[in-house]
Amino acid sequence: MLLLQDLRKSFIEPDGTVLPILDIKEFHVAPGEQVVLMGRSGCGKTTLLHVISGISRPDAGIVRIDGTDITRLNEHSRDRFRANKIGYVFQTFNLLPGFSALENVLLGMSFGQGRVDAQRARDLLERVGLKHRLSHRPAMLSVGEQQRVAVARALANRPKLLLADEPTANVDAGHQRQIIDLVRGTCREENVSLLLVTHTPEVAEQFERVEHLERFNSAVAVA
Amino acid sequence: MSLWKIAWRSIQQRALASTLTAISMALGITLVVAVLVIHGVIGQSFKNNALGYNLIVGAKGGKLQLVFNTVYYLSSPVENIPYSYYKEFTEGKYSKDVQLAIPVCLGDYYGPFRVVGTTPGMFNDMTYGGKKYEFAEGENFKQENFFDAVIGARVAREQHLKVGDTFQPTHGSDPNDKHNPFSVVGVLKPTGTPVDRALFINMEGFFLIPDHAKPLEGYDADRKPAAAGEQAAAHAAAGDHDAGHHDPGHHDDGDEHEEHEHEDHDHGEHADHEEHGEAGHHHHHSEEIQDNAHHHAPLPEAQREVTAILIRAPDIQVMGLLKPINKSQIAQAVLPIAEVTNFFATLIDPLQMVLLVLTVLIVVVSGIGILISIYNSMSDRRHEIAVIRALGAGRRTVMLLVLFESILLSLGGGLIGWFLGHGLIALLGPWINGQTGVRLGFLQFVGYESAIIPGLVLLASLVGYLPALAAYRTDVAKALSSTP
Repeated sequence: MLLLQDLRKSFIEPDGTVLPILDIKEFHVAPGEQVVLMGRSGCGKTTLLHVISGISRPDAGIVRIDGTDITRLNEHSRDRFRANKIGYVFQTFNLLPGFSALENVLLGMSFGQGRVDAQRARDLLERVGLKHRLSHRPAMLSVGEQQRVAVARALANRPKLLLADEPTANVDAGHQRQIIDLVRGTCREENVSLLLVTHTPEVAEQFERVEHLERFNSAVAVA
Repeated sequence: MSLWKIAWRSIQQRALASTLTAISMALGITLVVAVLVIHGVIGQSFKNNALGYNLIVGAKGGKLQLVFNTVYYLSSPVENIPYSYYKEFTEGKYSKDVQLAIPVCLGDYYGPFRVVGTTPGMFNDMTYGGKKYEFAEGENFKQENFFDAVIGARVAREQHLKVGDTFQPTHGSDPNDKHNPFSVVGVLKPTGTPVDRALFINMEGFFLIPDHAKPLEGYDADRKPAAAGEQAAAHAAAGDHDAGHHDPGHHDDGDEHEEHEHEDHDHGEHADHEEHGEAGHHHHHSEEIQDNAHHHAPLPEAQREVTAILIRAPDIQVMGLLKPINKSQIAQAVLPIAEVTNFFATLIDPLQMVLLVLTVLIVVVSGIGILISIYNSMSDRRHEIAVIRALGAGRRTVMLLVLFESILLSLGGGLIGWFLGHGLIALLGPWINGQTGVRLGFLQFVGYESAIIPGLVLLASLVGYLPALAAYRTDVAKALSSTP
């Protein structure tokens, strides 16, 4: 499902210094597989997710998702690819405050190839336990509920790969398990590969495969 | 979810700023609509004025003044032309070329309204906008009833006159110089033309008002008894209008002296009425007036003058009439529509253009307000735009979202402004009607209004471009990393 090869990404500091962030020889996630990615702060976890999702372009290497090397796509095609094949759950949920829970999920469908399916959006929200919160705006939802809306939104377009960037970082310990179970359960049901970034060992313990970025990212070792 | 809905949600999210921006645009469009409609409709009305005639013949002098006097009952009165010249159009050398010739005699007022001496043909034969004049109350005055009158709708409303009431015209601007009373026999339905604000009295009665007779050798300024031969001529003159059928019992020559004694007596009575103030205007003394009329003989033709002649002629004949009339020493002929069109082209149109430019500038300033409002919100929205981009929206999509937001704000404000503008017109309608005789309502449209929507879309696209470009250039990775 996901294959990274010879991937390199660096940033240029204001003083002109080149700061390598990612240098990954090879990394892969199988179809339907659920992987946890751990690493200390600043080791490039979020940058890696941005590169995989096509938000950022790598300096070199291959990012192959569902058979497509997205590094060869232009920005417009990457956007379309992201809309259709990749779901993204943010650490801060990033729900749009002016939209209801249902509209936030519908928004996730608005930029893909498929039609905007309101019934699927309702089903997803029902599946994450928010059947009675469809018309509530984010401000009217609890933190846990907001994250569940974010999960439903990420899965709205039936992606092949779900990227979750520390989805439990803003959730109390009691809800962490709930969120992880929800993400894993829905990915399993939808046959979606999952790459979840966390620095919480309790979260990582729930996964069969746990990867530490420092171990396969040479740039971190160099830095 | 459509981009329009997403843009609308964004507007809702910034309700206060959006409302203020839209109001600013609404006020601009209100002014534009008001200027466009009021000027458009009044201009059109002045230019066409739905005239039932295409030529005006009057004394030599200012052409525009003649038109203002005879068409709009505005401006200071003009000189007169001999009655005999009018007859050239009814039975003389020009009669074969014209379809209709209606005389008008001006110079008197009733309150702020013009009093027009004319013949019954003014309402029997003349039309406006292809329509015949209709009476809300009563009927047209008859040629034989010298002191009967028909009044316009606005005059009736504002002066509280109705059929059976009487009024005394005043000469010129002197409110104390009151004339013989005239009896209202008909109230016209509103026409939306200057006719609504005028009083039309029988021209025969107009001639008999003191000072209205042209002084001749052997007469003083006030009309003095005519000799028997002249009286006969006067009867014949009245007969020109198919109306010289006075009751022989009242008009035989033998009654002449007695008749004038009556006239003097009547004037004495008017003085009494004046002493009683306003009541003198509205006394129901129609019988007295008719009696008065029947005891008067028409003014001899030699003493008669008219201010102008309204002529309807086939277009092909109009040009043929212009040259000989204008060559004569007596009168001039003007094309009213051409005169008013020229007047607008030289004076009013440039003024309208200045006004329109100013209002358009106000709209542009409102548009810049939209730019500032959206642009200022961009720093707050960068994270939101990044989220939308992360969900798969392309750069062009987020750019379109901002443009749509700008268009919605402009069109929303424009729509409110359009309603406000037409509401303002409806509110100002009665006042404008009073000033110009033009009726304006809420649903009064002019063609230029159709340019408002495309104009607003263009303006919104222009002012939305800068913030849209900022959205286009948003660095998604950087914005996502920042705290929302």
